[in-house]
Amino acid sequence: MSALVRIGAEPGAVTRVVILSVVGVVFALPILALIEFTFRAGLTGEHTLEHWTGLFSEDAARTYRGLFQAIGNSLVLAAVTVVIVLVILLPTMILVHLRFPRLRRVLEFICIVPITVPAIVLVVGLAPVYSVVVKVLGGSTWTLAFAYGITVLPYAYRAIQANLDAVDLLTLSEAARSLSAGWVRVLLHVLLPNLRRGVLAASFISVAVVLGEFTIASILNRRNLQTALLQVSQSDPWVAAIFALLALLLAFILLLSIGRLGRDRKTS
Amino acid sequence: MTDAHAPAAAGDIGAIPRRHPLRGSAAYLGLTPFAAYVLLFLAIPTTLAVSTGFFTDTGALTLDNVAGLFEPNVLQAFASSFWVSAVTAVLGAVIGALVCYALLGTRPDGTLRSFIDSASSVLAQFGGVMLAFAFIATIGGQGLITVWLRDTVGIDIFAEGNWLYQVPGLLPVYLYFQVPLMVITFMPALQGLKVQWAEASATLGGTRLTYWVRIAAPVLAPSFFGSLLLLFANAFSSYATAAALISQGAQIVPLQIRAALVSETVLGRENMAGALALGMVVIMVAVMWGYSVLQARTSRWQR
Repeated sequence: MSALVRIGAEPGAVTRVVILSVVGVVFALPILALIEFTFRAGLTGEHTLEHWTGLFSEDAARTYRGLFQAIGNSLVLAAVTVVIVLVILLPTMILVHLRFPRLRRVLEFICIVPITVPAIVLVVGLAPVYSVVVKVLGGSTWTLAFAYGITVLPYAYRAIQANLDAVDLLTLSEAARSLSAGWVRVLLHVLLPNLRRGVLAASFISVAVVLGEFTIASILNRRNLQTALLQVSQSDPWVAAIFALLALLLAFILLLSIGRLGRDRKTS
Repeated sequence: MTDAHAPAAAGDIGAIPRRHPLRGSAAYLGLTPFAAYVLLFLAIPTTLAVSTGFFTDTGALTLDNVAGLFEPNVLQAFASSFWVSAVTAVLGAVIGALVCYALLGTRPDGTLRSFIDSASSVLAQFGGVMLAFAFIATIGGQGLITVWLRDTVGIDIFAEGNWLYQVPGLLPVYLYFQVPLMVITFMPALQGLKVQWAEASATLGGTRLTYWVRIAAPVLAPSFFGSLLLLFANAFSSYATAAALISQGAQIVPLQIRAALVSETVLGRENMAGALALGMVVIMVAVMWGYSVLQARTSRWQR
């Protein structure tokens, strides 16, 4: 772009580079500091690899048993939450899209509510609900996924809805129906393949949200990755930092792949 | 505000279009799992959360808890929450808008943008405990920057006490997720500025300044202030980072709720958590209502 005749909103190259590098450096600092911290040997200022190598030592499984168990819990919760999204939210969204377009606003409203009702408020009411849930289903880890299904509603809804809007499901399903396909067949062989990207994006973002969830688990005294990290940080802050970084990296990769999914749609 | 709507999803019977082959009642049955789920885990908890404040442990009606909202230390917590949210929302909105501006004209599907988009989503939503760790490692007592400033520049950032574990410490930490949230929410609006408007303005002899002041600013204003409200709501409802950073005391409202839930009785009151939750929801509903009004304005230009 020429510097003489610049119209429109775009910034000049210098402005762009200055803004992006200043903000970029400031935002990179805490992450870099956290990485540096994982190589520190105590408070001496010396550096060591032992916090990282310690993870692969023979007794690591025993030393960090609680942490590994919590990671397992979080993975189970992520899986069950994705199942809730796929089995409860997705069919409802397809049904509303095809049969009850008038309920779309209502559905959208319900799915946005968890933004207005923050987790720390919801958990006040979840405590009595969970005392019933524990009586009926037992206190297993996975039951917490019922609450997480609500937490991920806004994100999952947005991801699936974007896909629903981009595909003409009505025509597709009627074409399939007039070729005498049954509803199950329409759903599995016509609708779902067309919704693949939205469904994958919703699943990825749900996994990322669940892996990062702290509020509900902490107040309800459940063990998941984040509550365990905070607990471990009291005794072994280096390992807590390492796992926090790894969780962040995983969330970043998940979201980067969601971006990829969106881009494929435009190019294909 | 939510309890009335979940059952409505199942009960609002509209005209059934005749050309659809799936029979009416069967189709409505299909809505029941979601309606039941949302009723059990969203509508009921929300109703419980905001209503328990009006009851004692034995179930008798009381206004004690709600009156407790006006105790000095609770008011102080609301005030702290309010100013932390306001300061980080304004700063986050301005810095985030600058980043969006800098990103204008870069390829939306390029590497830079997809990196910034993903990084922003991660930092905006999944910080929590990790953020607290990162800032302790950066500007904590032995943090990288703290030590560097102390040993090289000779500035002790904790000369006036360790503010990182107090309310002021939340400001830089919250900004770390507010700016990315602004980038995510404001970028579509900035992207919506049409090249034709700039061309029309230039053809009519407008400078870049007139373009920004008379065209871009009015178009972007609702979106900017809408995003600002969203940032406010985001900071106001944030719990994890504060809980990981501040282990002692209850300086902001979410931490007051933690204290009320953990100790069962604050100030000798039962169900104080319910009253605090109610107070939070009232503010959140007001802010999110403002957001949706401004959002509706924004969408006029995004076609």
